[in-house]
Amino acid sequence: MADLGLRSVSRRTLLKGGAAVAALGGVSAFLAACGGSNATPSAAASASAAAPSVAPSVAAPSTAAAPSASGTVTFGSNYSDAVPKKAIADVMTAFTAKTAINVTINTVEHNKFQDTINAYLQATPDDAFTWFAGYRMRFFAAQGLATDISDVWANIGANFSDAFKTASTGDDGKQYFVPLYNYPWVVIYRKSFWTEKGYQIPKTIDDFTKLGDQMKKDGLIPLAFADKDGWPAMGTFDILNMRLNGYDFHVGLMAGKQKWTDPKVKAVFQKWAQLLPYFDPAPLGKTWQESAQDLISKKAGMYFLGTFAGQQATDQATHDDLDFFAFPTLGTQYDSEMGIDAPIDGFMVSSKAKNLDGAKALMEYLGSADAANIYLASDSNDVAANKQADTSKYNAFQKSSAAIIAASGKIAQFLDRDTRPDFAGANGMQSFLQTFLKAPTQDLDKFLTGIQGFYDSLPPQ
Amino acid sequence: MDSSSVPAVAPPASAGGATASLPGRRRRKRFSVLTRRDKLTLGLMVGIPAFIHIFLIWLPTIGSIVLSFTSWNGIGGLDKIKFIGFKNYENLFSNYPPFWPAFENNLIWLAVFLFIATPLGMLMAVILDQNIRGTRIYQSVLYMPVVLSLAIVGFIAQLMYSPGMGFINNFLQAVTGDPKWVASGTAIDWLGTPGLNFAAVLVAASWRHVGYIMVLYLAGLKSVDTTLREAAAIDGASARQTFFRVVFPVLAPINVVVLVVTIIESLRAFDIVYIINKGLNGLGLLSVLITNNILGEASLIGFGSAIAVILLLISIGPIIYYLARTMGKEAE
Repeated sequence: MADLGLRSVSRRTLLKGGAAVAALGGVSAFLAACGGSNATPSAAASASAAAPSVAPSVAAPSTAAAPSASGTVTFGSNYSDAVPKKAIADVMTAFTAKTAINVTINTVEHNKFQDTINAYLQATPDDAFTWFAGYRMRFFAAQGLATDISDVWANIGANFSDAFKTASTGDDGKQYFVPLYNYPWVVIYRKSFWTEKGYQIPKTIDDFTKLGDQMKKDGLIPLAFADKDGWPAMGTFDILNMRLNGYDFHVGLMAGKQKWTDPKVKAVFQKWAQLLPYFDPAPLGKTWQESAQDLISKKAGMYFLGTFAGQQATDQATHDDLDFFAFPTLGTQYDSEMGIDAPIDGFMVSSKAKNLDGAKALMEYLGSADAANIYLASDSNDVAANKQADTSKYNAFQKSSAAIIAASGKIAQFLDRDTRPDFAGANGMQSFLQTFLKAPTQDLDKFLTGIQGFYDSLPPQ
Repeated sequence: MDSSSVPAVAPPASAGGATASLPGRRRRKRFSVLTRRDKLTLGLMVGIPAFIHIFLIWLPTIGSIVLSFTSWNGIGGLDKIKFIGFKNYENLFSNYPPFWPAFENNLIWLAVFLFIATPLGMLMAVILDQNIRGTRIYQSVLYMPVVLSLAIVGFIAQLMYSPGMGFINNFLQAVTGDPKWVASGTAIDWLGTPGLNFAAVLVAASWRHVGYIMVLYLAGLKSVDTTLREAAAIDGASARQTFFRVVFPVLAPINVVVLVVTIIESLRAFDIVYIINKGLNGLGLLSVLITNNILGEASLIGFGSAIAVILLLISIGPIIYYLARTMGKEAE
């Protein structure tokens, strides 16, 4: 999966296991109920503490859309890591200061939040909750578990590009999602190391392979690569498919409109097999964190991953030494399109929201430049979705991210966010991609028939 | 329970004796041996566990069996559940590549526990029962992993086995001075190589299981009457003969417990594998497949239930054996 929660240290993995074990023992609905009632009063407390000082400004109504909104909004959050948790609490405090609507944040550990989301949304969900754009958003919208917030979009629409609006739109053409930030999947390298070795950024795949040969001569792994957890390899599939077959084909394939048995898909795996000699030869026993360390410790020359890989560079000097570029072009008609994965995180309103006006007022605020600025002031690994957001405070890392996203004509989410989750999970694509990596020269037709067979065996949705 | 129930039972007993001469009344008296209060108490004592048992064990079990014939994504009311006959089972056996490897892994797990880890634990117990010097220390060392949950064992295993940063490969590098032991491609990829990773996991799981069995067996050995051993020694039996001909048969009840514990531990193995990589890449187990299907978004409740039913069918054999044995014992 492409989500922040999976990316942090193994101690969290441990918690994940604990949650999973608990979920196996009990019914997930119970867990969700527990999670929901597990209120974290800190935000509410800090919000009310902040309220008196800002009371005068409340008199002047600042939310045009929902003047009737008041009371308390409950907010289910999966921002369970320290940095994003503080960042979102800051945003909520500012919202309360502005509108006098209190927000109670219920934080649930990231992976547990995802594992119990079905039951959570059906039982007693919070008014608003954190979620992801893409199929995962459209799915809950189609199941009637989210509230249409097109009216909010009428007010905040000008803050977002069409790409973000499309990513926030359900199958029925209405908006269900407010984006906050995203981050691109890119090739990351160490500036100082490359200057020392005289490496140049490869624009095309030929440059890339030449550079790879040179790196091998220099005793390096050209491209760090890890897939023990099953999901990182999806990023490689996505980029190769988009560069070879274009964004539209990729999205069609994810949606089940194209077949995995299509020769175009076979070409992707053939291309991948050609490039594998430049990848880390033993990815299946490594986590992305270990591969990021290979890059940082200069065992590997490059690493293709989301920019969150930067989290592994814990001291500032090393982090500042990291830079990245978009995956090289493959010499196809889709080179100019420059499609990339840049997953968007944001917010939705549950269909059972008790304080709907308050929740919509919150959505409107979350779609404002203010909210994005406050959030990114604390969490600087991502870039704002809001085009009005203040980019002058971006660090070099964020500036590069923003430039690459801006230069991309088409933006996909990520394989496991773009297709049905039962197909993407450990049962499906995660293990299929590992099967490929174990034997890249296997009979690809048989391999792809297996994938399509599995897709077809899933119940219709 | 209510303390008044104790004296309440006593008077009817004497009353029963007094009215023994009147057979007709006696029968009626017998019915009233229990006061209303006793009946209530007994009813609650039997009823509450029965209720819990039915609701927490039988209902979910039957629910799983029913769900295994359906298609449902866990969203919406019961009316969204569609009955699809044996389709889940058909898909399971034909369209679902992870199933048979996981099934096989469960059997291998069972075999390794049964034929390697458990006998090893028993051996440790027998050795430590000899009152050798420092037996307490050895016992503690062997028992230590049992205190850890398998999830933590899985976490430790990852720290040991990691190809570039793990203890084992770095130890090999430090001892030999050859960097190939930690370089990607030449290092042993303990957790990334199918087959090898399962063996590595079994070693980690056995590490814990051996201690568990050792403690169980040691407790049993301590309870063996010393006169039995003395008698055997006087009859000229060797240590080996004493164990296999005298001690082992005497320990039959413990042996059954050990056997059942081993089987249960093998069938419910889950955490360690899930922690390492969610059962991917040759580490699949039936329990993990159930979780992968049922947990999460857009879950395949029916399909996961079908796998659960298969696991239930496998587990029910040893359960029946165990129950038949214990209940048979009690009947004697």
